[in-house]
Amino acid sequence: MAINGSDTAWLLVSTALVLMMTPALGFFYGGMVRAKNALNTLMMSFSALGFVGLAWALFGYSVAFGHASPLCGGGEYVFLRGVGLEAQGTIPHVLFFAYQGTFAIITAALISGAIVERMRFGPYVAFITLWSLIVYAPVAHWVWGNGGWLSKLGALDFAGGTVVHINAAAAALVCAVVVGSRKDYARQAMLPQNVPFTLLGAGLLWMGWFGFNAGSALAANQTAALAFTNTMLAPTATLVVWTMLDLVRNSKATAVGAATGIVVGLVAVTPAAGFISPRAAIVLGFVAAFPSYFALLYRARTRLDDSLDVVAAHGVGGVVGALMTGILARKSWNAAGADGAMAGHWSQLGVQAIAIAATLLYSGALTFVILKAIALVTSLRATVREEGLGLDFSQHGEEAYSRGEGAILLLDGRTD
Amino acid sequence: MKLVVAVIRPESLNAVLEALFRTNVAGLTISRVQGHGGEIERVETYRGTTVKMELTEKVRLDIGVSNHFVEPTVNAIMAAARTGDVGDGKIFVLPVERVYRIRTGEEDRAAVTPVGVPSD
Repeated sequence: MAINGSDTAWLLVSTALVLMMTPALGFFYGGMVRAKNALNTLMMSFSALGFVGLAWALFGYSVAFGHASPLCGGGEYVFLRGVGLEAQGTIPHVLFFAYQGTFAIITAALISGAIVERMRFGPYVAFITLWSLIVYAPVAHWVWGNGGWLSKLGALDFAGGTVVHINAAAAALVCAVVVGSRKDYARQAMLPQNVPFTLLGAGLLWMGWFGFNAGSALAANQTAALAFTNTMLAPTATLVVWTMLDLVRNSKATAVGAATGIVVGLVAVTPAAGFISPRAAIVLGFVAAFPSYFALLYRARTRLDDSLDVVAAHGVGGVVGALMTGILARKSWNAAGADGAMAGHWSQLGVQAIAIAATLLYSGALTFVILKAIALVTSLRATVREEGLGLDFSQHGEEAYSRGEGAILLLDGRTD
Repeated sequence: MKLVVAVIRPESLNAVLEALFRTNVAGLTISRVQGHGGEIERVETYRGTTVKMELTEKVRLDIGVSNHFVEPTVNAIMAAARTGDVGDGKIFVLPVERVYRIRTGEEDRAAVTPVGVPSD
């Protein structure tokens, strides 16, 4: 196939949009933690841009998109060997590589929501870097890679409901259990330090998600337009339902709830975006609000300190989205997709369930192994004292909101 | 009557409040303050600028209590605010000449006794 100018232009824009989602996620998460951990939480997303991005260029891309087996790619693209200007589909190969890289980065950063405010920065960075190579890249290969077993099986995952969201949520669950709860969890109220940050993050995530979903058509065509429209519609329905649930339960529509509702709608429509009709997208967004809303309420009453509810938003939302894709998909809207249960093709639902289960098991198990391996070398969590002081100072030597009173300038970094 | 003034770490505040309420100390005032004690100064770096933070964020509690409440109050704060590291703070107990409750004009011991509790 030849390179197409308009496809290339759209994917250039999409790549920038998806890259922006990682800082946006940092603000979404950073607003919800306490002020003493704000920078650390933002850095957990920002550092993924560097460490995971580089790991992707050196090894990850080859593991995900090299052509070897149903289970994982090969070594032909290691160190970007053979990633050139030739066509990959209708866009230059280098652009396809960069676009996929932005997905690897945000998926790894998503996990941080489960372990904020207590995991040490070094082990965190080591974990997401290894995780992106050992877990993300193979799972991406299963679904999107050449000869991946889930794509052969016919699993529908348009933009990464399984690869990105379910995958990250399984890892988040295991991380929260292995690293343990924050020392103040369920003992003290821990309030969000900056709710406007969280709304800002949710808004920028929505904007970036147009690149995430509509860009996944890998072309500027009708499927991209469909995915784009569905990415607009599904969260509108989720946001309305979420607000209504808030109103019914507490007679107050909360801002943190609105931000969460938007993200849940976006997560749910991700696997379905290019396969379902716009009306179906509204139904999907509507339905997806309920399980996540109540999962979130339930989680807060358990001992599981999944601090920023990665499991309720991305895990539950991702599973609902993946299953609904198997119900609502229509070949009449995307000939490259499949018919779902509503079109009489019930087996699609089973295929979706297999993809979900395989991802949950693989990601959960390997996350456990990676964490335990790192724990052999160094401790995963900050000491009680460091946690009390806040991770901004103890991990980064900075504060988010420093007034500088009593600060004395040291020349040459001397401390005496 | 005594005025108990405690300067503690901000991160201990919730634990201290919990301990005080459990000891039935209901009336108190807190303020965010900055101070300097014997602790090792924090060093922070912003780009090329390294600074030593001479003043540390602390929380100050002011609690007016009747004499027999001094000991339980001090013990509660001591137990909840202690981490064993330098910088846990100080407790001062000061004599108080007069206390008034503005709403009722009650004085002294009656004024520092919470509503609904007999003052003797």
